[in-house]
Amino acid sequence: MAENINIFIGLSGDNWLGSVVTALIHCVLLIHVIAVGALVFIWMERKIAGRIQDRLGPTRVGGRFGWLQTLADGLKLITKEDLIPAEADRMLFKLAPYIAFMASFCAYLALPFSDGWVGQHVNTAVFFVLAVLGLEVFGVILAGYASGSKWSLFGAIREAAQVVSYEVPLGLCVVVPVFICGTMNLVTIANKQAGLFTNWMVFHDPFTFVIFWVYFTCATASVNRAPFDLAEAESELVAGFHTEYSGLRWSFFFMAEYGSMFLVSGLATILFFGGWHGPIPIFGADILGWAYAPGATEWAFTGYLANLAGCINFILKAVVGVTVMIWVRWTFPRLRIDQVITTCLKYCVPIAAVCFLGALVWEAFDIPSPNDLDLMSSQPKSTVRENWVMPTRKLSSEAEANSEKPAPATTKKQQETTSNKSIASSSRDSRKPRQPGGDL
Amino acid sequence: MILLAAFSWHEFFFMLFAILACGFAVGVLLSTNIVRMAFYLVISLGSTAGLFFLAGAEFVGAMQLMIYVGGTLVLLIFGVMLTAQQRFISLKSYGRDWVLGLAVGGSLLLLLLNAAFSVPDWSTQRPAAPLDVDQSKAATPLGLALAGVRADKLEAQREDPKKDMQLKQGMSGYLLPFVIVSVHLLVVLIGAAYMARTKRVAPKPEQEPEGNTE
Repeated sequence: MAENINIFIGLSGDNWLGSVVTALIHCVLLIHVIAVGALVFIWMERKIAGRIQDRLGPTRVGGRFGWLQTLADGLKLITKEDLIPAEADRMLFKLAPYIAFMASFCAYLALPFSDGWVGQHVNTAVFFVLAVLGLEVFGVILAGYASGSKWSLFGAIREAAQVVSYEVPLGLCVVVPVFICGTMNLVTIANKQAGLFTNWMVFHDPFTFVIFWVYFTCATASVNRAPFDLAEAESELVAGFHTEYSGLRWSFFFMAEYGSMFLVSGLATILFFGGWHGPIPIFGADILGWAYAPGATEWAFTGYLANLAGCINFILKAVVGVTVMIWVRWTFPRLRIDQVITTCLKYCVPIAAVCFLGALVWEAFDIPSPNDLDLMSSQPKSTVRENWVMPTRKLSSEAEANSEKPAPATTKKQQETTSNKSIASSSRDSRKPRQPGGDL
Repeated sequence: MILLAAFSWHEFFFMLFAILACGFAVGVLLSTNIVRMAFYLVISLGSTAGLFFLAGAEFVGAMQLMIYVGGTLVLLIFGVMLTAQQRFISLKSYGRDWVLGLAVGGSLLLLLLNAAFSVPDWSTQRPAAPLDVDQSKAATPLGLALAGVRADKLEAQREDPKKDMQLKQGMSGYLLPFVIVSVHLLVVLIGAAYMARTKRVAPKPEQEPEGNTE
């Protein structure tokens, strides 16, 4: 993409300007996902909360349905005074909201929105997203500690206890789709579930179905949403860790919160609900045949349309996840801290562990599952699964594959020169050529 | 413009991350506020993760973020909060601490420098081959190696079957070190929990003990 932009401006292919513009485009798009997402989700939250409590919610701003309410809120927040308590540690107090927001934003870098539409292709994307998402708590803890207020400190301590506990079952849940697919690449995991909805990981076996709900519970807890929002329990701690914050700094915490809500919902969509592959593969090979064939590098308008529809499909699914989180927030009472830890250690961890073992047995003994029907899937599973190097099987064919593999530097060069046809194709250019998968 | 055209992003980001990592490491030394120290340590470790990403070792980079930046520092702050007697506890270091620290840290630095310069591959100039994150190897060989199967050695053996590589089945991977390290970490965690727990005075017989063992 950097080369295309340089050629478009009229500079040589490896000019630094192209890289900067490329990076800016990616970053601006992703920031807009978070910012516009927060605008929409806060409006949704107010409307849904209103309806659940038998109210109307916002009705006036922007004509009907109060759809501009969040923007008005934002304007109000900008005009508010930026207060810093005298007791506060000024530097950390100022930095904490940005840290929370940055952690949420960085995780988006590795989150694919459609087949190959991802800020940065990362082979271990699942791991990266989980690692970066875990950093968000750091901003919350710093905010609580630096505020110099007992309410904030209590909120931060609760948050620390909660997040440290819930990372354990969350990791266990995420590992299940990873080992079924045999890869940590989010694009590959979603592409493995292409086709009819029976191919989704959530229908792989009963254990994955259960583990999705455990994942959703733990994800809700890890993004600090009700009923796990102990860090900001209004009835006990004023406003918890952000008691002392006002104005725009306060709103950064909310952008981070809604950003992570969308992120964990998107992760659930990719891991369990087929990502951008719809319940019915309209663009797949069996109906319209518009979608890119696996391993295709040429840009095609129909393929672009299919990717765009996939992106919308992915966002819709993730928004459904966020809506359920909002629904849960306004329906369930808040848990006490001991109940939160009990839920984690006595229920989520054992259930996740049992389901982990169950899914392992299911996969190891090849027990039939809806996934095996492989309905309307354009990609047979063997082409998606990573080329596992095990010594006993297929020694000769793997040796051939290895000898045919060109050196990495030349591969990249070839891919860039052959496939840089447009913006859309350039986001696909770094896709690795599919390795011969064997029949594992 | 010609100068800028020869601009190497790889070197730029290497210098940036290296300066950030070293600068904030010095910040950890010079600061006396323990929470600020933890914060500087986070930036220093995060920059190290950035260096790993830059080198194409994304798995190690993510591991660095997950374990060091995420886990350790949350635990550190958690421990600070539980053990601090007053807020913004300050940690003053005396002259003897500096001498001890310089001796230990300096000898470690010497050892590492010696090891680094003894690797012939690292001291010879190589043609610059830009590495991208998406080009790096998948984590599968790493995982297999942790489980005891060294995929790289198997490949090497396959290419040249005559060479035995002293490859004993099951002894070539990193399973044993991995298990030792994880048991060690578990011991450390239990120890930290023991140190940080609330010390309760033994209750008098007629009183019911309060059940707050959180």
